[in-house]
Amino acid sequence: MPILEFKTKGLYCPQADVYIDPWRPVQRALITHGHADHSRWGHEHYLCTHAAKPVIQYRLGQAINIQSVAFGESVTINGVKFSFHPAGHIIGSAQIRMEYKGEVCVVSGDYKTQEDGLTESFEIVKCHTFVTESTFGLPIYQWEEQAKVARDINEWWLKNQKEGKISLIGGYALGKAQRILMCLDPSIGQIFTHGAVENVNEVLRHQGVRLPKTTRVTMQQKKADFTGGIVIATPSALQTTWGRKFGEVSTAIASGWMSLRGARRRRSVDRGFVLSDHADWEGLNKVISATGAEQVFVTHGYTNIFKKWLNGQGISAEEVKTEYEGELSEINESTLEEVEQE
Amino acid sequence: MKHFTALFKQLDQSTKTNDKVAALVQYFNLATNEDKLWTIALLSHRRPRRNVKTTLLRMWAAEESGLPLWLLEDAYYVVGDLAETLSLVLPKSESKNDYSLSYWINYLRVMNDLDDEEKKIRVLTAWHELNTYERFIFNKLITGGFRVGVSQKLMIKALAQHANIEENVIAHRLMGDWSPDDISFQKLIHETHPDDDISKPYPFYLAYALEETPETLGDLQDWQIERKWDGIRGQIIIRKGEVFVWSRGEELMTDRFPEYHPLAQILPDGTVIDGEILPYKDGQPLSFNVLQTRIGRKTLTKKVLEQAPVVLIAYDLIEWQGKDVRQLPLSTRRTLLHEMIKQFDTQGIILLSEIIEAPDWEVLKNIKEDSRAFQSEGLMIKRKNSPYKSGRKRGDWWKWKVAPLTIDAVMIYAQRGAGRRANLFTDFTFGVWEGDQLVPFTKAYSGLTDKEFNEITAWVRQNTIERFGPVRSVRPTHVFEIGFEGIQASPRHKSGVALRFPRILRWRKDKPIQEANTLEDLQEMLQHYQNI
Repeated sequence: MPILEFKTKGLYCPQADVYIDPWRPVQRALITHGHADHSRWGHEHYLCTHAAKPVIQYRLGQAINIQSVAFGESVTINGVKFSFHPAGHIIGSAQIRMEYKGEVCVVSGDYKTQEDGLTESFEIVKCHTFVTESTFGLPIYQWEEQAKVARDINEWWLKNQKEGKISLIGGYALGKAQRILMCLDPSIGQIFTHGAVENVNEVLRHQGVRLPKTTRVTMQQKKADFTGGIVIATPSALQTTWGRKFGEVSTAIASGWMSLRGARRRRSVDRGFVLSDHADWEGLNKVISATGAEQVFVTHGYTNIFKKWLNGQGISAEEVKTEYEGELSEINESTLEEVEQE
Repeated sequence: MKHFTALFKQLDQSTKTNDKVAALVQYFNLATNEDKLWTIALLSHRRPRRNVKTTLLRMWAAEESGLPLWLLEDAYYVVGDLAETLSLVLPKSESKNDYSLSYWINYLRVMNDLDDEEKKIRVLTAWHELNTYERFIFNKLITGGFRVGVSQKLMIKALAQHANIEENVIAHRLMGDWSPDDISFQKLIHETHPDDDISKPYPFYLAYALEETPETLGDLQDWQIERKWDGIRGQIIIRKGEVFVWSRGEELMTDRFPEYHPLAQILPDGTVIDGEILPYKDGQPLSFNVLQTRIGRKTLTKKVLEQAPVVLIAYDLIEWQGKDVRQLPLSTRRTLLHEMIKQFDTQGIILLSEIIEAPDWEVLKNIKEDSRAFQSEGLMIKRKNSPYKSGRKRGDWWKWKVAPLTIDAVMIYAQRGAGRRANLFTDFTFGVWEGDQLVPFTKAYSGLTDKEFNEITAWVRQNTIERFGPVRSVRPTHVFEIGFEGIQASPRHKSGVALRFPRILRWRKDKPIQEANTLEDLQEMLQHYQNI
C-alpha cells in the first residue's frame, strides 16, 4: 500500500485514513493553508498549524471542528507520523510530511522560497516522495527581489500622488494583501484597505502578527479623505463600482502573472507588479533537487511541461490532476466563488 | 535604447489614449530625428529587414539559458510572443549601456552580410548588454510587430502636436511607401507640399443597428432604403486633379485601389463621395474574402487586380463643386449624386447604390431576409431629410441586418490565445457530425464573456486528450451555437465549407453533443446560400 494515493476527493493517505487539502467533503482533512482552493467547506475534522487556524476559522466559520499543531510537532495517526513544516507561501502555510515504516512523503501545498519578511521561511524537508505545485513551472517566470518590487510600487504610488490620483492595488485578501502592505513606505501617505482585506488583517493582528497601520474603507468616507493615499483591494473589487468611489485612480495588480505582457493587458490595469506567493522556476527546481526525492508528483500549474522537464533532468515525475488553482483569482481566472464580503 | 524602452513601457502600461498621446509627444520632443523616424516606422509596422532567422534565435536562447528547445517552444505557446519569451528565459542581466534606438537598428542591419556564427556573436553580445525589457525591444526589432495599442491615428495625433502641424496633413505625409532607409524625418514630416490639405476627408456618418421593429420608425415614405454591402466603407475625394481614398478607419488607402485613380480625370475637382469599396465582377458583388486577399498586400500584381477588382457603390455626395453639402437633406444630395453619375461616365468604376422600393415595412422585411442572395448584409434605412452627420448618431440612419446563420457544433480543439488573451484558451475549433465522427469545420474566437472564457479554460486544462504543439484536443462535451454571415464551398477545408465571420453566439449548456448539427446540415446550407 503506498503512503499516498490520488483519489477523486483529494490526496489520500490510506494507512491513516486522512486526506490532505481535499476538494470534496471528507471525514478527516489535513490542511496546508487557508486559501479557498486548499481549505474547503464541509469536512468533519480539520487539522492545520496554529498560525493557519484563525484565518481558516474566520473563513469557514467558528463552528468547524478544527485542531492545530505547532510547526515541527508530530501527530501519529494509525502508525503514520505527520508533521507540518513552513512552506513560506502565506502565514501559517505548511508542507505536510508523513512517515510510515521509514518511507517519507511530503505534500507541499503551495510554496515560496523567497523571503518576504512576514511568512515563516520555507524549510527543506528531505523525503522519498515529493508532491509539488507547478503554478509558475516555466522558465519564463523569474522573480525579482522583493525590495526591488517594493521600490517600484512606492515609486508608482508617489507618482500618482503627484498627479492627484489615488493608487488602487489588487491582491488576494489573504497573503498577497499583507505582502503588499509590507512593501509600502507609510511615510508616503495613508494606507487604506478593502473590507475583505482588513478583515484578514484583523485576524492576523489578533494572532500577534505586526502589520503597518491601515484604515478600512467605509461608506462614510468622502473622496477627499483618500487624497494621496493607496488602497489595497481584492482583485475582483478593482472592476466593480466599489473602485469608483475614489475619483481618479491608477490601478495595479500584484501577481506572478504580471510577468507576461498579455496577462497585464488582459487585466487592463495601469500597472502590473510581479509579486507572487508561489515559487518561481528557479525556486521550484532548487527545492525539488534539495528534497532528494526519488519520486515527484506534479500538481496544479503547468503540470505536463514541468513533469517532462523533470524527467529530462533524471527525476522521476508524474502528473496529478487536482482542483487547486494557484494564483488564478488575481487575474480573475478563478472558477471558485470568492467568499470575501466587506 | 533607454528612452525608446521607456516610451514603449509607458505605452504598454497605459490603457488611456490621452496618456499614450502625451507619452509619445514627450518622446518626440526629446528624441533625435533619426530615432523619431524609426519610431514612426516601427509603430506603423515598417520594421527593418529581418537578418536573423527566428529558428536561430530560439536555438541560441535555449543554449544560453540551458534549456531544451522543446521547453522554450512550450513556453512560447504560453507567452504568445517570441520576442518576449526569449527575453524572459534568458538569464537575467543588467543594462550595461545606453545606445540609441537607431544604433541598435544599424547594429542589426549590418548583420546582413555576416554568416550565422558571426550573427550569433552579435546577438549574444546584445543580450548580455541589455536588461530584460530592453532585450524584449531588441528582439522585437528583429521579429517585428510592435503592437502596443498605438493606432496610426493616435500616432498622427501625437506627431501633429509635436510638430505643430495639422493632423490630416501629417496623415497625408505619412501615407505611401516610404522607408526610413531613404528618407529623413525632416523631409517626411516638415517639408511642406502645396497640396497638404487637399486630401482631407470628412468624418463618416455611422448608423446604429435597428433594435426595435421597423414600424416604430413611422411612415416608410419618409425613409430611403438601400442595401447594406459587405465591403469597406470609404470616401473618395477628388481635388486639384488628384484622387484620395480614405477608409472608415480614417486610413488613407489610395495606393491600395488603383481602380479609382482614373476618377481624377473623370470627375470635377471638389467632389467627395461616400460609398462602399466592394469587390465586384461580371455585374455581381463578390464575397468579402476576395477583398481580404488584396487588402494586406503591399504590391498589387495584375493577377490580384484581375481576381479581385473593386467598384465603388456610391451612397452619398458630401462635397460637390468644392462646397460642403452635408447640411442639405439626403434626398437632395441623392439627386445631386444621381445627376453627377449620369453626367460623367465613370466607366463602371462608380455604381449608384440602388434604392429599394416597397409598399410597407412587412414587404421590406421579406426583402431584407433575402439579402444573402445578393451578397448583402441587410438594409440601410436613412431618413430622407437627414443631414450628413459626424460619427455614430441615433435617429436618422439605421442598419437593419439580416439575422446570422446558425449551427450547433461541438468543441473539439482548443488553443491558447495570443497577446492579451495569452495563457487563456480562447481559440476553438468546432465540429459537426458525420456518422459518429466529428468533422472540424470552423474556428471561432469571440463571443464568450470573460467569465465563460475562464470557465472553459479551467475545463480544457482538466479535459485535454492530446496535445499537438499549442493545440489540444478535448473530450467532446460542449455544444456552442455558432453564428456566421455566409457560407462558401472550400476544397481546402476538410468539411468542404468556409464560413464568413464565424463567432460564438451562445454556449448551449442545455444541449447534449448528440444534438449538434451534422455535416449534411452544413451542406444543405451551402446549397441554399452559396453564391457563385
